[in-house]
Amino acid sequence: MSELLERPRPAPSAPQGERRRAVLLGRAPQDTPAGLWTYLFLALSTLFAAFPLYWMFVISTSTDEATSQLPPVVLPGDQFLVNLDEVFSLQDVYFAASLVNSVIVSTVVTASVLFFCSLAGFAFAKLRFRGSRPLMLFVILTLTVPNQLGVVALYIVMGKLGWNGTLLAVIVPGLVTAFGVFYMRQFIVNTVPDELVESARVDGATTMRVYWNIVLPAVRPALAVLGLLTFVATWNDFQWPLITLNGTDYPTSMVAISDLASGNYVIYRRVLAGAFVATIPLLIMLVIGGRQIVRGIMEGAVKS
Amino acid sequence: MSTTRAAPEPATRRPRPTPGRSTTWRDRLHRFDVRYMPYLMIAPFFLLFFGFGLFPMVFNGVVALRHWRLDDPELTGWAGFENFSRLFTDGDFGNALYNTFGIFLLSTVPQLLLALVIASMLNRRLRAQTWWRVSALLPYITPITASTLVFNVFFSRDLGMANWALGLIGIGTENPIDWRADKLHSWIAIATMVNWKWIGYNALLYLAAMQSIPRDVYEASALDGAGPWRQLWRITVPMIRPVVIFTVVLSTIGGLQLFTEPMLFDLNAQAATGGSGGEWQTVAQLIYKVGWKDLNLGYAAAMSWALFLIILVVAALNTLLTNRISGGRK
Repeated sequence: MSELLERPRPAPSAPQGERRRAVLLGRAPQDTPAGLWTYLFLALSTLFAAFPLYWMFVISTSTDEATSQLPPVVLPGDQFLVNLDEVFSLQDVYFAASLVNSVIVSTVVTASVLFFCSLAGFAFAKLRFRGSRPLMLFVILTLTVPNQLGVVALYIVMGKLGWNGTLLAVIVPGLVTAFGVFYMRQFIVNTVPDELVESARVDGATTMRVYWNIVLPAVRPALAVLGLLTFVATWNDFQWPLITLNGTDYPTSMVAISDLASGNYVIYRRVLAGAFVATIPLLIMLVIGGRQIVRGIMEGAVKS
Repeated sequence: MSTTRAAPEPATRRPRPTPGRSTTWRDRLHRFDVRYMPYLMIAPFFLLFFGFGLFPMVFNGVVALRHWRLDDPELTGWAGFENFSRLFTDGDFGNALYNTFGIFLLSTVPQLLLALVIASMLNRRLRAQTWWRVSALLPYITPITASTLVFNVFFSRDLGMANWALGLIGIGTENPIDWRADKLHSWIAIATMVNWKWIGYNALLYLAAMQSIPRDVYEASALDGAGPWRQLWRITVPMIRPVVIFTVVLSTIGGLQLFTEPMLFDLNAQAATGGSGGEWQTVAQLIYKVGWKDLNLGYAAAMSWALFLIILVVAALNTLLTNRISGGRK
């Protein structure tokens, strides 16, 4: 590395322009101010990212006539409530109930993931017990298993338990995740000082007390990140809920939307009004917690 | 790993004090706390994983070797390798595999390349930095069911915005493209949805890795007179190779299990046929159809195992390939 540090400066005799160019090029990208083209390109990609959401809103506020003309309408109409009313009053789709179900499932799963993953993460990060290393390795290995592939057998297991068609079938398998345990462990290793844990133990605090009074307050930022990621993933889950809940009285909102989009003639202003409503909670989360979600994803990348 | 010796007192002292009057219930509680509490704390994960992760995976193998039909509970017993050997002659499976790989190629390659470009732009010194990053995640938080339905309107033949826009530049004005009529067009439509969803997410993964590249690497590179573009390919990409490989593995696992987009791209979203002639039916979709429309769980389980093995092999191949490409440019 020393040769890098002692790199020869461009000779002072070099022409002015060339020297400036060399200095500019030697700058790391993150120190280089973005130029006009960069902003333009980023603005275009942001438009590309936001457009489907915007258009979902446009269609869900329009009439059938407005959605079937070219060039396409680009401004929202005033039919949102009309369309929404149609979605909610459809008999066998249970759309309103499906939203409630999604709220229940996502909230319970998120709360449970936060509790059990921080608990296990704390044990792996700060407690000494036989087998802790191989067990942690095992947790990391399970991260790589594509668990969707056990779906057929999972359906049979749920059938034996009598849980198919009930919310239990979508809640229970998600109550603790390997990613959550791994993520919390990393965070606790780095942020909770050993001395703090140790001195509390010397004062006679039990493990649970240490967890509650020392670990939990210290890991609040990580809980926010993990909570947001878990909520979004659970809310959006489709394949397993479709398998176990479709055709029952307890669909989640994703299953209900796919139900709206089935049949011989799909009315898109109606379906998309429903889809838009089911997207609103996530949009709110992105507005409130976007910074945390970004951080969570980026931290995950560096650690993996 | 930094571990704390949680309790230097009785629990770890050897030989152990003989149980008797010296141990109060408090001591016993303490010993329990130190010795067994950690196991209790990690137990929920393992219980759940064994019950609803590992066991189903293994049991899936058993189901695959048996006759297991939802419509005919009487028909049981071992099927041997019948379900597996059937895979080799099943035209539907071959077709689904072909579609899955086609869509996978059309989605993964542009997705990761564009993510790299966007990440390198986000890596500049930007105004409103957080805002750009957060808005890159709009597709990531949007339910795939919702976005796919919007894209359905976008790709509709007669009134779709895609054909309208293509018509403006003179493509398909006579015969508008029917995006659901053949393999290539339906694959492009579905790959567009997948790309839309994951470019921003992957860009953030790359950005995170790019920011941990030491600055002096760039300083050294200026001597060769490398421009920003060459800098990206010759310094940045090799330096973030582990994350590139990680994203390739992630998109292999995700891409080969593609389910929601092809399901809802169908005008009848729960038919699971992937077009009238199976133009875009993926393997995950076929598993759903075989299992829950044809009610043949045994065969669906065998298909899951086959897909699992294929994912393993392809993920390993892609890792090797990516390693070559992203490192070989030095």
